[in-house]
Amino acid sequence: MAYSNKVIDHYENPRNVGSFDKNDPSIATGMVGAPACGDVMKLQLKVGENGVIEDAKFKTYGCGSAIASSSLVTEWVKGKTLDEAVQIKNTDIAEELALPPVKIHCSILAEDAIKAAVEDYRAKHAKK
Amino acid sequence: MNYFELYDLAPEFELDLADLSARYQRLQQLTHPDKFATASDAQKRVAMQKNAQINDAFQVLKSPLMRAEHMLTLRGIELRHDQTTMQDGGFLMQQMEWREQLDDIRASRDSHALELLQDEVTAELKRRHQLLAEFLHDNTQDSNLRAGAEIAKLKFLVKLNTQLDDLYDQFSEDL
Repeated sequence: MAYSNKVIDHYENPRNVGSFDKNDPSIATGMVGAPACGDVMKLQLKVGENGVIEDAKFKTYGCGSAIASSSLVTEWVKGKTLDEAVQIKNTDIAEELALPPVKIHCSILAEDAIKAAVEDYRAKHAKK
Repeated sequence: MNYFELYDLAPEFELDLADLSARYQRLQQLTHPDKFATASDAQKRVAMQKNAQINDAFQVLKSPLMRAEHMLTLRGIELRHDQTTMQDGGFLMQQMEWREQLDDIRASRDSHALELLQDEVTAELKRRHQLLAEFLHDNTQDSNLRAGAEIAKLKFLVKLNTQLDDLYDQFSEDL
């Protein structure tokens, strides 16, 4: 199976790889895994006081499509509000990266990582 | 299709692999295309289908995770792991840490650290296999759901374990 050029680009030059301190109140952390292939993805968002995502980082252990999906998502969420970020659909990711059907679950993983991160942020701030 | 019935086995998770292989050989011979060289086309077709089923069943039954999934399917539970994500934070954090350790070991070429990590992952695999066996044995609605969750977790561990084995082989070759 051939990877699309966009997948290869994100895989070879992944954007925003790394971690933020997950205990920092402005940081939202989403951890998700894909049982089908054993991929693990961590997406972290740095949220400003106005609720806008200022920065994003990811760490993914998985195939090229999973890495590309998470890399793409870190670019897409920047400048969006949390409400806007959760509107990102896996189909948008799959389309942008031209993922084949067997790799659709990688884009589902990335979508769920955003949702998990936003939930983490809301849970963190609901406690106060 | 019930693969346990095809192999005339009780639908249980614990299974004797040597016995399974012997059954596979016997069934293979019974349906081998050579046996049907002079048979009618219809008979050949049936034998070929049967032969393919026997092969498929063997692949499923000999793998503990595929066997467990098949048992759940027979109990009316489809896991659909290809479409679901797992969000157990504590479990995934551990998986992330182990994969980071694997990266470090790959860079440092520390074979002692690799063996320690292999021991740790092997122990966790064994513990979760045991849990899976118990949940499948209990066969209640709740225990079957928990068995499904164990299968999902074991898939991450099996993948990690394969990567550890590959690195071990790589280190051994370089010696």
